[in-house]
Amino acid sequence: MKVRLRNPDREVEVAGGRKVRDVLRELGIDPDTVLVIRDRELLTREDRVGEDDEVEVRPVISGGAA
Amino acid sequence: MMKCRRCRGPAVVEVRRHNAAFCRDCFLHHVREQVRRAIRAHDMFGPDDRVLVAVSGGKDSLALWDVLLELGYRASGLYLGLGIGDYSSRSAEVVRRFARERRGALEAVGGELVEIDLAEAYGFDIPTAGRKGSRSTCAVCGLSKRYVFNRAALERGYDVVATGHNLDDEAATLLGNTLRWQTDYIARQAPVLPARPGMVRKVKPLYRLSELETAAYSFLRGIDYVVEECPLVAGNTQLRYKEAMNRLEVTSPGTKAQFLLGYLDRAAPLFRAEDAAALTPCRACGQPTTGRFCAFCRARAQVLGLRLEDLAGREEDGERQVARELSEEVLPAELYGGAS
Repeated sequence: MKVRLRNPDREVEVAGGRKVRDVLRELGIDPDTVLVIRDRELLTREDRVGEDDEVEVRPVISGGAA
Repeated sequence: MMKCRRCRGPAVVEVRRHNAAFCRDCFLHHVREQVRRAIRAHDMFGPDDRVLVAVSGGKDSLALWDVLLELGYRASGLYLGLGIGDYSSRSAEVVRRFARERRGALEAVGGELVEIDLAEAYGFDIPTAGRKGSRSTCAVCGLSKRYVFNRAALERGYDVVATGHNLDDEAATLLGNTLRWQTDYIARQAPVLPARPGMVRKVKPLYRLSELETAAYSFLRGIDYVVEECPLVAGNTQLRYKEAMNRLEVTSPGTKAQFLLGYLDRAAPLFRAEDAAALTPCRACGQPTTGRFCAFCRARAQVLGLRLEDLAGREEDGERQVARELSEEVLPAELYGGAS
């Protein structure tokens, strides 16, 4: 499956057919710091993603709040 | 599959510190309730108050403006153009589109989008200030925002300025100030800063909501916010504090909320006396300050290469001349120079 990462924008291929939490763990991403988006829908950690899915992993952390 | 805590339907957002998950509609309800509760608990503003929301184009400030309009408050937006190249152009577009799409809701409450361009109004942009001044880029940016928001609200007759600071922002700021024991800064950290002579009331209605919640809210409401980070923010200490707190949160969900909300409930009263400095009008611009000249005018004079006494004269002459001189001095290609 395809995973689109942001800041900076890039794309990686990982195995599908498992839960979002497992994909994020492989990518070393804390689930509380991102939105996971598939077909304009939000996914939770427990949702399953398929081999042909494309998901966006969008960080929610912003800085510079001086 | 996770189930919604309220309606038992399929959940789309998980809020681990509440050990809860929500479907779309119940999540939007949860966010509005948290904002409503924050406004009521701290008497932030009422239905007749004119609220000026400082909007950057990011998820937090647009979520805040959206929620306040949904709740029927008289909320206007203030967008400050910082002059940070494409990033600022895109932010301005996003904010304008947001306001256009809500024209009806804005008209219903007498709201508007106010736009101020820092370079046009004060003669410098943030990349220039970061390069030429003694403060870091993020510090002079924060200083400029606080100054312009306050002044714009007072000059336009708004009762209160609302900012999109969320739970993560506030917890990271508190952590930073505590690590350095900056007791005067700690004393000023509150969901409401009351009005003082020359200072409009400032409120943070999102302080009970995490970044994940404000991002999910914006996404679920179809708000096209700016996802990319400010190009000048790399290495910002605030981000490092957030990362540290998120690492604690992984094994102990709720740590951030306990740290911030526990401080506000139980520790804040102990620091109050620290924040009693008397304010007098700045001799250059008239805005309140604890010294002769305010921090914004001192930074501005430094960036423009002027003496503070000269700045007082220029304030009266109007700002356009300063802006013209500076725009001749700064070439567009230099905009990102010395960014970090």
